[in-house]
Amino acid sequence: MIEKSDVEHVALLARLELSDNEKEIYTRQLNDILGHFESLQKLDTTNVEPTAHVLSLFNVFREDKIDRHLPLEKVLANCPDREEDCFKVPKIV
Amino acid sequence: MTQYETVIGLEVHLELKTDSKIFCSSSTSFGGKPNTHVCPVCLGLPGVLPVVNKKVVEDAILVSLALNCRIAGFSKFDRKNYYYPDMPKNYQISQYDLPIALNGHLEIELGGELKKIGITRLHMEEDTGKLLHQGTITTTPFSLVDYNRAGVPLLEIVSEPDLRSPEEARIYLEKLKSIIQYTGVSDCRMEEGSLRCDANVSVRQFGKEEFGTKTEIKNMNSFRSLQKALTYEASRQIDVLEEGGRIVQETRTWDEGQGITLPMRSKEEAHDYRYFPEPDLVPMIIEREWVESIRNRLPELPDARRERYVRDYSLPVYDAGVLTSTKEMADYFEACLNAYSSPKTVGNWIMGDLSRLLNANNLEINECPVSPVNLASLLKTLDEGTISGKIAKVVFEDMFATGKDAGTIIKEKGLIQISDEGSLSAIVEEVIAGNPKSVSDYRSGKDKALGFLVGQVMKATKGKANPELVNKLFKEKILN
Repeated sequence: MIEKSDVEHVALLARLELSDNEKEIYTRQLNDILGHFESLQKLDTTNVEPTAHVLSLFNVFREDKIDRHLPLEKVLANCPDREEDCFKVPKIV
Repeated sequence: MTQYETVIGLEVHLELKTDSKIFCSSSTSFGGKPNTHVCPVCLGLPGVLPVVNKKVVEDAILVSLALNCRIAGFSKFDRKNYYYPDMPKNYQISQYDLPIALNGHLEIELGGELKKIGITRLHMEEDTGKLLHQGTITTTPFSLVDYNRAGVPLLEIVSEPDLRSPEEARIYLEKLKSIIQYTGVSDCRMEEGSLRCDANVSVRQFGKEEFGTKTEIKNMNSFRSLQKALTYEASRQIDVLEEGGRIVQETRTWDEGQGITLPMRSKEEAHDYRYFPEPDLVPMIIEREWVESIRNRLPELPDARRERYVRDYSLPVYDAGVLTSTKEMADYFEACLNAYSSPKTVGNWIMGDLSRLLNANNLEINECPVSPVNLASLLKTLDEGTISGKIAKVVFEDMFATGKDAGTIIKEKGLIQISDEGSLSAIVEEVIAGNPKSVSDYRSGKDKALGFLVGQVMKATKGKANPELVNKLFKEKILN
């Protein structure tokens, strides 16, 4: 069972600010989703290998080669605040 | 007082020397201007797909083999989620439950005994960006972020809690560094951050099976500070227990200036990483043939090389250990032996004068101004009696300073040994005439006096006189 406090915890980890109403809605919705997985749990998966990926592809690699970099102006184009060619962010911790 | 035992496990991060990053084609090279070695993938822009650098996987397998690990047949990447601006994606791609390798070990030497240290796991992940703080970290309200290092490939190597003292931990890390340098995949420079080490430390009463509560120590930037930090932390924990307190499980940072560990302000609830399989990368199947082809690239490792030196060159174990501690030094040693076949003599020169001058000039042996061939020819010149042992050391200093070969320096400075009996004879007679006291001392059996007399000849000839010949002349002229 997901409690409101779980929603608050996950919201904090994702830096989401939720209203009380939203917390109620998400608590209900997340419980619905978990309920759906509970019904999936009833399936017999004894002979099914754990799935690491939905595609049946393996070993997709690239060679160790350098390619073009993004020009600095484009790198910082969407940055709300910049200084000395760096992203400027509020200090954390 | 209760006797305590320290229990330590190390987590080592190693930057790989690839050209490009682990999941994109941006450069890994140092020294670029901020945010110039980045692309849409390592900036985490929407709609991009990471692709694994094959060399990173091969390097990881190579190191795993060197550390006697079991290579996974099946491995995948996972997302480690955390909200911190050093990663633009708000997650780091790492490996969680299916790392590339498990269950390895290496051997360290403690007081002549070998001890096996277990390696729990080895996995691949990406490095983070750098946060630069303006002013002091406590006063500035901002951080500046440079993502050039974000996405640089790292290997994380986790040891078992098999280490029982700060000194053992240091020796383990030195051995790990030596093995990895032999594989050539990383520079392993602790001061520059290409080798980083965190430690889990706990103490327990001697004889107890269960571990005490551990703390994690970060921010140790040299082998010396590792040992100092662990020594401090173990005694801090013992003090807490002796005073009836309890150890708090926490992350602490080593403060080099104060010589103490301090609790780190935790990133609020940050340890809830919510790992899940990375949907943007497909899993890896590591075929046996691939592993074996990589095994063929494995060089002779330090343990095997040291044993060979003891066996084939009859070197003392200590000498063999020093000479094989880095691949570069062992390669230099063997290159000298190709041109001069006395291992003990070559070893003494490398461990003595050569190492001293390298340290004094802050050089690595592969930057040594004296080539192996030139060192070998100096030693031959010495054997032939062209110069004395004392002069050889002077010539060597000159070779180191100028990069010239021994023959050139000996010729330019007129340092050829005087082995002409006639001219030495005259000097010996002068010294006899000028030092009657020493002469009579020597005649009455005081051997020390001979040393003084020979020294006078050396002084007169600026060290160029052949010492054996001078000895012989004194004996003839005084005793006969």
